Amino acid sequence: MSSTATETHGHGPGDGHAHDAHGHGHHEQNFFLKYFWSTDHKIIGFQYLFTGMFMALIGGFAVYAFRMQIAFPGMSVPGYGRVTATDYNALVTTHGSVMIFWVAMPVLIAALGNYLIPLMIGADDMVFPRLNRLSYQLFLLSVIILICSFFVDGGAFGGAWTSYPPLSAKPEYNLTPLGAPLWLTAVAIEFAAFLLGGINFVTTLMNSRAPGMKMFDVPIVVWMIIIASILFMASVGPLVAGAVMLLFDQTVGTGFFDPKKGGDPVLWQHLFWFFGHPEVYVVLLPAMGIVAEIITTFSRKKLFAYKTVIYTAVGTGALSFFVWAHHQFIAGIDPRMANIFSVTTLLISIPVAEMMFVYIATLFGGSIRLTTPMLWALAFIGEFLLGGVTGIFLGASGADIYFHDTYFVLAHFHYTFFPIAFIGAFAATTYWFPKMFGRFMNETWGKVHFWGTIIPFNFIFIPLFLLGARGDHRRIYDYTHFPDLMKPGMQDLRILATLSLVVLLAFQIVFLVNYFYSAFRGAKAGANPWQANTLEWQAPSPPPHGNFPDGLPNVYRGPYEFSHPDRQEDYWPQNSAS
Amino acid sequence: MSDSSTPAAAAHDAHGAHHTNYVKIWAILLGLLVVSVVGPMLGHPVLTMITAFGIAFVKAFLVIKYFMHLTVEKKYIGFLLLTMLAIMLVFVAGVAPDVMKHEGQRWTNNAAIDAVEKGLKEGGGHHGEHPAEAPRAEPH
Amino acid sequence: MSSFPRPIATTRSVTGISTGKLAVWWLIASEIVIFGGVLGSYVMHRIGHPEWASQAEHTNTWAGAFNTFVLLTSSLMAVLAHQAAEHKDGKKAAKFLYFTILGGLVFLVVKSFEWTNEIHHGFTLTSHTFWSFYYTAAGIHGLHVIIGLIIMAVIAQDAKKGIDLQRVEAVGLYWHFVDIVWIFLFPLLYIAK
Repeated sequence: MSSTATETHGHGPGDGHAHDAHGHGHHEQNFFLKYFWSTDHKIIGFQYLFTGMFMALIGGFAVYAFRMQIAFPGMSVPGYGRVTATDYNALVTTHGSVMIFWVAMPVLIAALGNYLIPLMIGADDMVFPRLNRLSYQLFLLSVIILICSFFVDGGAFGGAWTSYPPLSAKPEYNLTPLGAPLWLTAVAIEFAAFLLGGINFVTTLMNSRAPGMKMFDVPIVVWMIIIASILFMASVGPLVAGAVMLLFDQTVGTGFFDPKKGGDPVLWQHLFWFFGHPEVYVVLLPAMGIVAEIITTFSRKKLFAYKTVIYTAVGTGALSFFVWAHHQFIAGIDPRMANIFSVTTLLISIPVAEMMFVYIATLFGGSIRLTTPMLWALAFIGEFLLGGVTGIFLGASGADIYFHDTYFVLAHFHYTFFPIAFIGAFAATTYWFPKMFGRFMNETWGKVHFWGTIIPFNFIFIPLFLLGARGDHRRIYDYTHFPDLMKPGMQDLRILATLSLVVLLAFQIVFLVNYFYSAFRGAKAGANPWQANTLEWQAPSPPPHGNFPDGLPNVYRGPYEFSHPDRQEDYWPQNSAS
Repeated sequence: MSDSSTPAAAAHDAHGAHHTNYVKIWAILLGLLVVSVVGPMLGHPVLTMITAFGIAFVKAFLVIKYFMHLTVEKKYIGFLLLTMLAIMLVFVAGVAPDVMKHEGQRWTNNAAIDAVEKGLKEGGGHHGEHPAEAPRAEPH
Repeated sequence: MSSFPRPIATTRSVTGISTGKLAVWWLIASEIVIFGGVLGSYVMHRIGHPEWASQAEHTNTWAGAFNTFVLLTSSLMAVLAHQAAEHKDGKKAAKFLYFTILGGLVFLVVKSFEWTNEIHHGFTLTSHTFWSFYYTAAGIHGLHVIIGLIIMAVIAQDAKKGIDLQRVEAVGLYWHFVDIVWIFLFPLLYIAK
């Protein structure tokens, strides 16, 4: 972790007009200023990354505790104690909210976007570095508020990450009079942080590209992060409105969602899911972008259909605005709307499948190098496909009458979310580690971590599909209360899933040790150890403040010119003049 | 960025050469405001719709075109904003059948129907200074 | 503000639109969805509950109309500030920005009298869901007014010294947007009776 405080002037042939941009006094900054008050996009990226990693520990601990309760009901969970029904609700709420809002989004979008975008477009920073710092600080504030909610009277909010009223609106129902508004406030502030960050990202991409870099020379991961940011910006508005309304219902007794006062609880569901559905694509697209970068580099082939991937991503994003009520099929919405949403939901599987086909076609005939990042990228494709196809069952509203609120849904979204948030994050961190630290992670331990994650992952969620199909309802803290759900074998499946989870969590220690040990003591890596083309690999590892000490690059070609017939080398960096 | 040699500032100077009379536009806006206040006072529902809401769109258009200069901005900015509006329409279209209407195919929202009935019955006699109460639906 | 070392990235403009202005357009885009959510929810409830008319008739149409006049005038001031900035007259731009801010302050003062009066009559945030929407929608709008005034004041300070004149147009765009939201809030809250 390495950005030095001495600013280097990135004046290259391309920037005639920036005559005085870096004219200022140079000084060594103290530790606090350099790492906690920085406006450098790379440091801010690390801030988001490490905060996200920390929050993953919280989300992981929460799931450990409540799964142990399910597997061994009533027994004291080692490291936690007895899980009461109220505890259970708080734990599942914490797990869901944290993993989506405080792990997936900060790691995939904020950390990677911040770190990579200026580097990949050949810029020296984001266009609004101070706004960038403010965005992180707002995000950190949301983390602090959320963590405070665990310690207040009544404890953390337990109304599920979907926070439906009247449970979420009335303290006499949710029993968390402080926890509920604190949770909601944390979410709202997190949204504000990402809105500001999104504006920064989009403006940077549009305006600060290197000379010669046309929009279709921009690497896919940057496109995806930008499209995701726009999708977020366009969908979060109604939920921000809804959050204000719910906060008033919780704290001052308005009746926005109270039928007795002229409100409607279904309105909250619509406000939530209108955002909630595009949100899953907000996190999916960056993960797919990461996979694209990795598979091109490690199959030494250009992306099979670059423009198609971009158009499809935009199309997916657009279509994602028309499917939201499939989360509400049995909430009492008008059945005629359910028909419409069924059709749109089934349609949306098409563009995503098509992107997968492009990836498979990219791999086909490639010169495959099975490095750790490549393993993660391949696993993403396989596991996400399983998640995607199981979504088709749920998208058919008739079938959903049975499946809704069962573990089938849960297994479906974990087969999609886990690849997105964790496989995608591990792929990204292992791939860009040499750039970030100038050192390699240990390959052997990387592969141990990989198998130690993937194999248990499947042993967690396949049992949950089976249990869901047999009727296991979600959000039940003790199945022994339901004789129908204690048929032979069912509790065994629950125990199998829980023990597999424990194994999976244990293997994450391998990752953490490998990551932090290698950051300080790993084998040294040069600027471009993977022999890739995109601009971040043409900067030093790690890049100094200003990114490109030899001058900001000009761009001459697209990002995936691998194995070009006229070249000796099988790669052709974007900024190579020849 | 205060020198004119950047392409951005150059684009600026180019369209600063419009000599829109901003005061004139403002006067038109005020005139429209007057119409939009007077129109509803005449009591016709259709006239109210046109003067109050129709004029709102006209005023917004004038501000957008003459004050924000959106019509001489790059085209995709306008498309971006229109897309956001379209997304809002999708939202209302998808939610209205559940929230605006109080019954549909095999469902009714009894609380809301009762509230409307009760409120309309009471609504006739309550004018002036007493704080009006929220109509309460009887729990079924 | 000019002591912060601006990256080269900030000075580039591949699109031809100045960076600050581009950012404000995106900001406006995201705000459209936020206000759209609030107003859309309100409209659906209002149409579904015609009996709310007995509450709605107690809004003060004259205060609303006057405030519309105030905001329209302050928008005029903002665009005149932009015109001055284009002619590189920082002092004049600052002067018009101060008038814009004055307009915003008048708006807020009128609103506080209006709300105080309504609250005295028992029309509070919780007395009826119509009023819940009324205070929430106008309140979120008012928050945006306050934030706008603060940012405009900072930009006016710099403009007076001839610094960062391009920001005058950008903040003006934000202000016009705030004005347009009010242009729709006015009939929705004050006329639809």
